[in-house]
Amino acid sequence: MAGETHEAIHRHEPPKSFIRKYIFSLDHKVIGIQYIILALAAVLVGMTMSLLMRLNLSWPGTNWPILGTLFPGGAPDGMMTPEFYLSLVTMHGTIMVFFVLTTAPQGGFGNYFLPIQIGAEDMAFPVLNMLSFWVTFVGFIVILAAIFFSGAESTVGPISGWTGYAPLSALKNAGPGQGLGMDLWIISIAIFCVGSLLGALNFITTLLNMRTRGMSLMRMPLTCWAWFTTAVLALLSFPVLLGAGILLLLDRNAGTSFFIPGGLYVTGLLSGVDDRFPLHTGGSAILWQHLFWFFGHPEVYIAILPGMGATSHILATFARKPVFGYRAMVFAIFAIGLLGFFVWGHHMFISGMSPYSAMTFSILTLSIGVPSAVKTFNWLGTLWGGRIRFTTAMLFAIGFVSLFVAGGITGLVLGQTSLDLPMHDTYFVPAHFHLVMGVASIFGMFAATYFWFPKMFGRFMSESLGKVHFWITFIGVYLIFVPMHTMGMVGMPRRFAQFTEYEFLSSLHPLVMLVSVAAIVTILVQILFYFNLVWSIFKGKKAPENPWDATTLEWTTASPPPHDNFAGHLPVVYRGPYEFAVPGAPNDFVMQTEPEVVEQPIAVDGEGTSGNGDEGRKH
Amino acid sequence: MGRVLAVIIWVLTLGSVSLFFVRKWWFPEGITSHAPALDRQFLITIIIVGIAFTAAQVGLGYMVWKYRDTGDRARATYSHGSSRLEVIWTIVTAVVFIGLAVMGQSVWASLHFNQAPAGAFQVSVVAQQFQWNFHYGGRDGVFGRTDPRLIDDSSLNFVGLDYNDPNASDDAIHSVLAVPVNRPVELILRSKDVIHNIWVPQLRFKQDLVPGMMIRVHFTPVRVGKYELACAELCGQLHYAMRSYLLVLPEEEHRALTELPQDDFQVQMTQLLAKYPLPPTP
Amino acid sequence: MATRVGSTRPAKKKGISAGGPKVPGPNGKGPRGNGSRGEEDDGASRRLSPNAYRIAMWVVLAAVVMMFAALSSVYIILSANNHWQRVSLPRMFFFSTGAILASSWTLHKARRSLKQGRPKRYRQWLVATLVLGLAFVASQLMAWRELVAQGLYLATNPHSSFFYLFTSIHGVHLLGGIFGLLYLLFRLRKPERWLDPEGLEVSSGAVALYWHAMDVLWLWLFLLLLVWR
Repeated sequence: MAGETHEAIHRHEPPKSFIRKYIFSLDHKVIGIQYIILALAAVLVGMTMSLLMRLNLSWPGTNWPILGTLFPGGAPDGMMTPEFYLSLVTMHGTIMVFFVLTTAPQGGFGNYFLPIQIGAEDMAFPVLNMLSFWVTFVGFIVILAAIFFSGAESTVGPISGWTGYAPLSALKNAGPGQGLGMDLWIISIAIFCVGSLLGALNFITTLLNMRTRGMSLMRMPLTCWAWFTTAVLALLSFPVLLGAGILLLLDRNAGTSFFIPGGLYVTGLLSGVDDRFPLHTGGSAILWQHLFWFFGHPEVYIAILPGMGATSHILATFARKPVFGYRAMVFAIFAIGLLGFFVWGHHMFISGMSPYSAMTFSILTLSIGVPSAVKTFNWLGTLWGGRIRFTTAMLFAIGFVSLFVAGGITGLVLGQTSLDLPMHDTYFVPAHFHLVMGVASIFGMFAATYFWFPKMFGRFMSESLGKVHFWITFIGVYLIFVPMHTMGMVGMPRRFAQFTEYEFLSSLHPLVMLVSVAAIVTILVQILFYFNLVWSIFKGKKAPENPWDATTLEWTTASPPPHDNFAGHLPVVYRGPYEFAVPGAPNDFVMQTEPEVVEQPIAVDGEGTSGNGDEGRKH
Repeated sequence: MGRVLAVIIWVLTLGSVSLFFVRKWWFPEGITSHAPALDRQFLITIIIVGIAFTAAQVGLGYMVWKYRDTGDRARATYSHGSSRLEVIWTIVTAVVFIGLAVMGQSVWASLHFNQAPAGAFQVSVVAQQFQWNFHYGGRDGVFGRTDPRLIDDSSLNFVGLDYNDPNASDDAIHSVLAVPVNRPVELILRSKDVIHNIWVPQLRFKQDLVPGMMIRVHFTPVRVGKYELACAELCGQLHYAMRSYLLVLPEEEHRALTELPQDDFQVQMTQLLAKYPLPPTP
Repeated sequence: MATRVGSTRPAKKKGISAGGPKVPGPNGKGPRGNGSRGEEDDGASRRLSPNAYRIAMWVVLAAVVMMFAALSSVYIILSANNHWQRVSLPRMFFFSTGAILASSWTLHKARRSLKQGRPKRYRQWLVATLVLGLAFVASQLMAWRELVAQGLYLATNPHSSFFYLFTSIHGVHLLGGIFGLLYLLFRLRKPERWLDPEGLEVSSGAVALYWHAMDVLWLWLFLLLLVWR
């Protein structure tokens, strides 16, 4: 500690006031935690909604008195109306996709760990970073408001699904909940777009410009590659959604006709005959779908890429082995991100678009399976020959691989034009995307939470609670989502408030009940996770600087890291991120900051790929 | 811990695969000429998917079982991967996946790249929120003129048929779709308000009805019977109840039906609906 | 000891488990001795390099271009519709296009003057650019009036919608550029800032990049409205 006084000169002191330190903080770590708290709140809302949906599907017509009090319009006397069910569908999807799957992996963990892992003191633009969180927060408040302010007498949110297909979403008179609630839904998403764009701007600039000495691109942890690619995807896709949202808002409120064709006859009124339904002409309903899915498909990868990054990172750490095929992993992330922009049409095979372009979209879609399979092989390759330590983080990372395979592989069915004919808009589709973009991404985040919690709070999470959480959740999600595939094969359509109307669905009753029971148990087990989080912040076992014997830069600094991350110094990087089990090294892991020992030349992944990479070797 | 995890992964894999294997919950029997080809393509795909799924999960379980840390302080294998393996599995998956994509186009192409064959039975479909309107051309097979300005739900003119048009005189409009067996059927799809989707599981077919667009599709039913017809695109609060029937009738019975005037048509349709039962549910 | 965010416990100093030979690591005195890049080792100076602004501006422009690409494709697709009714271009658009092209030229002259070390000239050219920019905005508003005089409003028909849509969304983005120009002028307020040409160069570079991009963007939208169906 001799250099303490000298170092202090270069140290960035944290702000003293509570508000500057914890509320309007410029510290990327605090902002990251704020994002995670936002996601934890949002996921609670989204999960509660899915619980209500399951209750409605399994026990239709039951009275739930508390709902009657909370939603006098949506559930009069406690009985859920079909429009209330649909608004739950809409809100669940929107909140989960935007405020959970986009905020926690990227805004949360990305914000916290990207600067630390590349050896920077903070993000490039801390003020924009703070703004991006608070803008997102406002978006969340607005989306919550949507369910309560949709009509004069009803408490029903918008009912057009998270995809908001026009003209159902573009016409105020197309259904209950399509009034002010729908406007709020669009405004919330527009606000969210702005917040995400600010975030993406920061991620890209920080990563390109603020890597520490020796941190060449090919020495970055795979998490950084994932966050970077995610930021690029967000940067290029959110503006399109923002533009589409503006057009939809104009269609609804300024009488324009971007998505509304002429000659519509809605609820007894012909467009243009009187003031209640103004004249629309010349719009295209299918256009909204093109714009939406141009954003929507990359959004799937925005949700899952950070989970892939975290999984690679954690698998290597606890298998005590370098990542298998680091370079292939990087290319695969890029290939997935790039192809993700050219496959949006596979959501629209049966929408009336050109059957020829459908064919192209189909072939491109199945090509995305290739880099995804490469990633899976490489994860298995990473485990091969390892010495696996089964921490809770590792269990969730292995669970991620299992679920990614289970959910991703049915994309081979849905991506085919012919097979989409029977499968489209059945339960097969929610089964597929919940497993892969919902549950697998969440498993990635669970793994990240158990893994990085000691760094973030200086204490371990309870491993025994964590393991109970893992086992039940892992088995639970299989029980929930695998049967949904067969429901889809029988022909059960999505977004039906009830299934009692149809004879051919009656055989599915036992499966519906099974799914509901599994869902209820799985949702209840998540309480354990929340408890574990809160309890461990105060009472968890204290964690040292590098509790997992890991190699990357976040483990070279204190737990939790000081305000400027590295206490006045910046680390210098000498090698790739996953140097485990290096023969001849004293420990089974070599930190990235360990200078090269002359008699032990170590092959570095980034060798000769970038000029930056050579800097480290000079020393 | 590693062994427990491996076993659980294997059990979940077995359970997932057998759910498909037992075939208790499966497609209802197809009733169109393209259904066998589509079912075959599905079977090929699901077998490949099943094999890949099982292989990956069994492999994952194996790694977890075999390479668990047994506490003997030995180190992991130091390896950064193998370019040869990467190339091999990239090529293999690319061939299989893109091969599947190409194979999957044939049924699609047969349905969408050709016009309906001459002599197809035409029905004009006009969907509206929570109701199907099937417009039959009558004896001459020619549809009367329609105009959105003539639509009046309160007087039951749901499709805006112009009764002054001579072609309209023999037209019939009903909420049930009745088509002849073994003859190509062409549907002319339109929507009055929002997007709907016509969906009969047995048809192995689905198509959006988009307002502002007129979409023509065709298929050939090959089995007589009554089937449930649903809307498969979210269209509003009563989406789940937008239900109707598809009646596939013997040629003679169908011709007799379509030649009836509107009032008798309604009566006859009611009788036919009662005559044919729904297919039994498994 | 610095206060740690999220905890008040003093952090341990390095090296609990970071095994291996104890070579001076980055948490110790390491990098200072290695200093091949001198000052850049200092944490403070790494916070922001001039490059960051340039990268960030390109990133911003990528997002803006994506949004206009989406809106332009909406225009192209809707114009294929049978109900498409063409609206003739307001005359003022030719004037505004001239103004914004000229503003790019004056901004270019401004940057040249700065590079030649003539901050006064720089300021004059900046003012000229600002005036032309404001003239552009004013003439866009006049063009609206021209449309209104013909009875063409936002919702009259799809083509007229696009006149208002393109001009207003482009206008909002251009306002950002006008704020940028004002910021550059604001920086010149204190004469001692004139002695820091590099700082001026960085910020004027970023603003100029944005401004030229808005110019090209308008040219694209103008041609789209003029030439395409």
